[in-house]
Amino acid sequence: MKKIINAVDQVEEQMIEGLCKAYPQYVKRVGDTHTVARAKKKEGKVALISGGGSGHEPAHGGYVGEGMLDAAVAGAVFTSPTPDPILAGIKEIDAGKGVLMVIKNYTGDVMNFEMAGDMARDEGIEVDQVVVADDVAVDGSLYTVGRRGVAGTVFVHKIAGAKAEEGASLAEVKAVAEKVCENVRSMSMAITPCTVPAAGKPGFEIGEDEMEIGIGIHGEPGTHREKMQEADQIVDQLMTKILADLDFTGSEVAVMINGCGATPLMELFVVNNHVADVLKEKGITVYKTFVGEYMTSLEMEGFSISLLKLDDELKALLDAKADTPGFKVV
Amino acid sequence: MATKTQVIDIIHKVSAAIGENAQFLTDLDNAIGDGDHGINLARGFKKVEEELPAVADKDIGAILKKVGMTLVSTVGGASGPLYGTAFMKAGDAVKEKEEVTAEDFIAMLEAGIGGVQLRGKAEKGEKTMLDAMIPALDAMREAGTADAKAMLEAGLKAAKEGVEYTKTIIATKGRASYLGERSIGHQDPGASSFTVILETVANTV
Repeated sequence: MKKIINAVDQVEEQMIEGLCKAYPQYVKRVGDTHTVARAKKKEGKVALISGGGSGHEPAHGGYVGEGMLDAAVAGAVFTSPTPDPILAGIKEIDAGKGVLMVIKNYTGDVMNFEMAGDMARDEGIEVDQVVVADDVAVDGSLYTVGRRGVAGTVFVHKIAGAKAEEGASLAEVKAVAEKVCENVRSMSMAITPCTVPAAGKPGFEIGEDEMEIGIGIHGEPGTHREKMQEADQIVDQLMTKILADLDFTGSEVAVMINGCGATPLMELFVVNNHVADVLKEKGITVYKTFVGEYMTSLEMEGFSISLLKLDDELKALLDAKADTPGFKVV
Repeated sequence: MATKTQVIDIIHKVSAAIGENAQFLTDLDNAIGDGDHGINLARGFKKVEEELPAVADKDIGAILKKVGMTLVSTVGGASGPLYGTAFMKAGDAVKEKEEVTAEDFIAMLEAGIGGVQLRGKAEKGEKTMLDAMIPALDAMREAGTADAKAMLEAGLKAAKEGVEYTKTIIATKGRASYLGERSIGHQDPGASSFTVILETVANTV
């Protein structure tokens, strides 16, 4: 294993410290936990908290700031945080109007956040939650845990964050977060695995001429493996699955082409070139496109496509100001 | 079956066994999950060992509860809440006891399974730790409590068979479920770690 780290068991700690030292105007650490909160707490609004394992940077700490999250909790690499730091975050950001937890649909994340939510309610804090499950790679109906939450989560952060910033109630913020969940679909692929520092070796082996389709965001293998194809063919395959899952016909969409951590931006633009063409051909209007690294899986080489079907409310909230280390709308 | 001192000794041995099997469990998880099961459990049990002296004078129920709370606070992922809840519920089953009998052990396992089912919303046959836990409980009940050692060995045998069984089924809970049919042929890491724990208990008593 070759990584630019000091010690395997210090990666998360030093990442959090590094983040806070880089952006003290945006984030501060909550006690000695791996939770970061807005440097300047905003009173009188619904507070948003999200999080998950580390290794997805800039998610989620990079999305703490005006117009997005109020706190983000980082667990060990690819491991849900425990309830304690989540609870610490909830207590830090609660500004009397309630706290919304944005959870990606993974068994561990859901359990730990729900336990933290229960503990916070015991302490008199109003807490509600949304669970993001945007990945179309696995057929949700076949598996009782449902679909995974992947890069579409960033749209939930953005739009629910904007709604909260406007001063909406917890119920209103939750409703718009759920609207995003219902209208966002994603799918991913990868051509290389990644190595969890503590594991010391790659999550899977893959040949030079192979690719994994339908991966999640934890370096795990996908739903199946295929011979490598050209970018446009890969895009066609992912888009077919996404467009078959939700009727986007005639609608306006936000597009996110997300790099998995080690994909050159050049290749992400190559991907977007064809995504835009496919959408045009299908009569779907691109309202806004985001290309970059939003929800990574360490050094995995691959990408995901997320499409969010928009209405006037979602468009306005997507365009509202966001000022965070990892996501800016000015 | 075991005095409080022996229970504490067993917990230390479980911790050591999880540590020794951390790589094995992680490798299993790498195949069908996210490759951290052994690492996370080992981190949790290491912390349990640090916390044990502080509760050594408490009753067995309180000690197990502390084990559970420590696991919830340190393991993370799905196994933290699941094992944490299992130990806490097992502790509830032996409140204020200074010694556990074979009957108590069955009650502890039953309560632990209840906790896992409540937290994980899973059933038998979904390729989870329950596929080792539930057969183990059934086998121990069948073996009877007259001979604790024989009871534990019957449970261990059933747990091992349960692990083998997990190789034959598709995961419908946890991260392995995203693999669909690709999860067949691999044993479940959670069922495997439970078997490591039960084996330690069976070998110690």
